[in-house]
Amino acid sequence: MSAVVESQTSKQVKRAGLTALAFLLMVVMCVPGLWVVLSAFRPNGEILAKPPVWVPENPTFDNFRKIFGLGTDQVAIPVGSYFMNSLIIALTSTLIALAIGMAGGYAFARYRFRGKGGIFLGLMLFRAVPGIALSLPVFIIWSKLGIIDTKLGLIIVYVSLNVPFTIWLIDGFFRQIPLSLSEAAQVDGCTRWQAFWKIEFPLARSGIAAAGVFAFLTSWNEFALASQLTRSTTSKTLPVGLLDFTAQFTIDWAGMCAMAVIIIVPALILTFLVQKHLIAGLTFGGVKG
Amino acid sequence: MAEITLEKVVKKYGAVNVVHGIDLTIAHEEFVVLVGPSGCGKSTTLRMIAGLEDISGGIVRIGERVVNDLPPRKRNISMVFQNYALYPHMNVRENLGFGLKIAGEAPDSITKRVDEAADILGLTPLLDRTPAELSGGQRQRVAMGRAIVRRPEVFLFDEPLSNLDAKLRGQMRAEIKKLHQKVRTTVVYVTHDQVEAMTLADRIVVMKDGRIEQVGTPMEVFNHPRSTFVATFIGSPPMNLLPATIDGGAVRLADGTVVPVPERLRAFTRDGQKVTLGIRPDDISPVGHGLSQDGPGAEVGMVAELAEPLGMESLIYTRLAGQEVLAKLYGPRIVQPGEALIFRMALDRAHLFDAETGLSVRAD
Repeated sequence: MSAVVESQTSKQVKRAGLTALAFLLMVVMCVPGLWVVLSAFRPNGEILAKPPVWVPENPTFDNFRKIFGLGTDQVAIPVGSYFMNSLIIALTSTLIALAIGMAGGYAFARYRFRGKGGIFLGLMLFRAVPGIALSLPVFIIWSKLGIIDTKLGLIIVYVSLNVPFTIWLIDGFFRQIPLSLSEAAQVDGCTRWQAFWKIEFPLARSGIAAAGVFAFLTSWNEFALASQLTRSTTSKTLPVGLLDFTAQFTIDWAGMCAMAVIIIVPALILTFLVQKHLIAGLTFGGVKG
Repeated sequence: MAEITLEKVVKKYGAVNVVHGIDLTIAHEEFVVLVGPSGCGKSTTLRMIAGLEDISGGIVRIGERVVNDLPPRKRNISMVFQNYALYPHMNVRENLGFGLKIAGEAPDSITKRVDEAADILGLTPLLDRTPAELSGGQRQRVAMGRAIVRRPEVFLFDEPLSNLDAKLRGQMRAEIKKLHQKVRTTVVYVTHDQVEAMTLADRIVVMKDGRIEQVGTPMEVFNHPRSTFVATFIGSPPMNLLPATIDGGAVRLADGTVVPVPERLRAFTRDGQKVTLGIRPDDISPVGHGLSQDGPGAEVGMVAELAEPLGMESLIYTRLAGQEVLAKLYGPRIVQPGEALIFRMALDRAHLFDAETGLSVRAD
C-alpha cells in the first residue's frame, strides 16, 4: 500500500518538476518577445530607463503613428512598402514552394525511380547548409542576372530554401495515405489526376497547410539573405526594414519595436488560424516521414 | 455479357517473373475464386484484370473488349480492397455515391441508387457516419455497397475478409454469397483461405508460383486434386502424403506396410513406380468410427500420439511408415495418447501422385 502511495507521490513530484521546467523554458523564450511588444507602446526614454520599467507607465500608440507617418513626429521609413514587399515575396515563394513540394512529395511517396534515395538525401543535406553561407555566390550570380534588389531574386532564394522542407513534410503525409484509396478512386471512375485532387489532396491537407505555414514564416522572418540581396524600397522586406531605425549615432528602439510588432502579428494570426493543422501536421506527418 | 478471358498473361517486375503466362476463361455471372499461398500471383492477376497493374504480356479481355491498355475507370469493374479503402473524409452516403458522382449521374438518381444499395446491405442507419465510426464488418459492407452501387459488369474482391475475426468472416462469407445470388455479376475473388474458396466459388483456380495449378469446381478440386500441392492446399486439415512404391499391384510404404492400389487408379500405375499415397484425415479412422465402412479399405495398426477432441469428432495424430499421419475419429469416443488402434483407410478415396512430378497418376 505504502509503495503505491510513494510511487504516486514521486510521480506527482516528477510532474511538478517537469511543469516548472516547461514554465521556465517558456519564460526564457517569451520574455524577449514580450519586452518587444511592451516597448512598442512606450516612449524611447522608458525603454532605456535604469532600472528597467517593465509595465509601460503611459501606454501610447505614438510609435505606430510615427512609423506610419501619421503623427507630428515622423520617421521617413516606408513601412507600407516594406509590408507589401514582405507579403508579396512570402506569399509567392510559399505558393511556389508548396506546388513544388506537393509534386515532389507525391513523387517521393508514390513512385519508384532511379536515384530516389540519393535525391532525397541531397535535398535534406541542402537544407542543412546555412543560407548565409551561400549569400556571396548568390549575390554574385544574382547581380550578373540583374535580379539583385528585386522581389523575384528574393522569391527564388526563398523557394529554394523552402522546397526541401515542404517536400519532406508532404512526402511523409502522402506516405500515410494508403495507395489503395487512390486505386479505389480510379476503379470508381477517376483519372489519376482526379483521384489526387478528390481523395489524396484532401487527406494530406493538414500536412500541406503545415508545410505552407512553415514556408511562409521562413520567408516572412528571414533577415540575413534579404539584407544582402535587397536595398531599395521596391524590394526590402520588413525584417530588413528594421535596420532603417539605426542611424550612425542613435537607434530608435521604440520605432523598431513597433515595427517588430507589425512583423509578429500576421505570423501569429496565421499560426493561430492553422494551429490545429500544424500540430496534426507535425506529429502525423513527421513520425514516419 | 461480361466474360473475362486471360490469354498467356504475364507479369514481370524487372527481371522477376511473377505471373508466367496464365490462360483462364471466366464465364458470364460466374463466381471464380483465385486461391493460393502468398506470393503465388493471385492478387497480381486480379490487379491486372482491374487495370491497377500493367500487363507485361498476353491479352486480358472483359466481354468482347481487349482491356490491356484501358485505365481502371474504363473497364466497367468495381473492386473491394483488403483494407476496404473507404474514403476517410466522406461519410457512408458519399462513399457509396462517389463513383456515380464522378460519372456525372444526377443527384436524385445517386440518392436513389445509394438508398437501394444501402437497403440491400443493411447500411441505411449508417449512411451519415464516417468510416472511422464503423466497425470492421460495417466497413466491409460499405466497401461492398460501393462496389454494387455502380452496377458494373465485373466485381473484383481482393482478400476482402482477411481483416475480420473468424466469426464475422463466416457471416460476411455468407453475405457475399447471398449478394452474388441477388446481384448476378461476374465475380473474381482472391483469397488465401481455402474455406472461402470452397464455400464461395462456382470454380476454384488454385495458383502456385505464378502458374495455375488446377481449375475446377470446389468438389472437383477437393476430390480430384491434380497435384500434391493442390491436395495439401485444399481441405483442412491437409491431406496426408506418404512416400511409397508400386509393388506387384500394391502400394508399399517406406516401412514395408502394404496396402492395395485403389481400384480406380490401378490402370494408371506400373510396377516399380515411385509414388506418393495421399489420403485425407477424414478417410483414415479407427475401425467402427469412420465415415463409411463399406467399399475397399485397408486396415493398419497405429499408435495415437495425440488426440484433439472437437466434440462429435476427434483429430488423432499418429505415425505410419515413420511419418506423422492425421486421422479422424467420428463419434464421442475419447482417445488416450499411447493407445494402439486399428485404423481403416478408405482406399476408394485415396490418391496416388507421381513421386517425381507431384502430379496425380490419373491421366485427367
